[in-house]
Amino acid sequence: MTTAERPVDKPRPVYLDLFAIRQPLPAIVSILHRISGALLFLVGIPLLLWYVQRSLASPEGFQAVMAPFATPFGKLVLLVLAWAYVFHLLAGLRHLGLDLRIGIRLQPARSSAAVVLVLSILVALVVAVRLW
Amino acid sequence: MVAGVDKRPVGAHYGLRDWLSQRITAIVITLYTALFLGIVLWNGGLDYAAWKALFAGNAFRVATFLFMASLLWHCWVGVRNILMDYAKPASVRLALEIVVIATLVAYVGWTIQVLWA
Repeated sequence: MTTAERPVDKPRPVYLDLFAIRQPLPAIVSILHRISGALLFLVGIPLLLWYVQRSLASPEGFQAVMAPFATPFGKLVLLVLAWAYVFHLLAGLRHLGLDLRIGIRLQPARSSAAVVLVLSILVALVVAVRLW
Repeated sequence: MVAGVDKRPVGAHYGLRDWLSQRITAIVITLYTALFLGIVLWNGGLDYAAWKALFAGNAFRVATFLFMASLLWHCWVGVRNILMDYAKPASVRLALEIVVIATLVAYVGWTIQVLWA
């Protein structure tokens, strides 16, 4: 077989328009795991440290930390971060299960991805109801 | 030296360590989250006095420090994975990694300040 005849050298279709490909649910959960993690690192942790520090400093600080929960923007930030934390944690638990070969087959893996997504949205809804 | 004897795979050999530490820290984070939610829900929310009293206990301080240390370590493994995928060329990646490490180390200091100042 000459080099030219090898199938690997034939022009293969390259189709990587991520928005045109219909992503399977586990892929969506995977990229959201990454995005939520980045969000928690960039915004969540500094905000958490700052809030805990202020809230412990004085009763006034405690009040000041609670105040943003009364504004729409503050509520939105808290809601997004709460969703990111819950989603990241649930997706992580799913990952630990997969590591232990629990739900590793295609259908259970799809179902558990759906469970993670739905459960995180439900918790976010509970948080939203408590906030508003 | 006989050629072909050395069969060590390439790389810095920290793949397994990162994989394992990501999971161990995840478990610590999950346990602390359950503990914290349990305390808050059990008390039906905390006012300033109860909040202050909670953080006055040494056991809770140590548990919180363990949580934060795990969280920041977990961050490092995760953020490094993200940078390895998207931050190119290597010089940009190295610069970003240095920024992330410095930030995380600063957060460790900040955590100690919050808990024991």
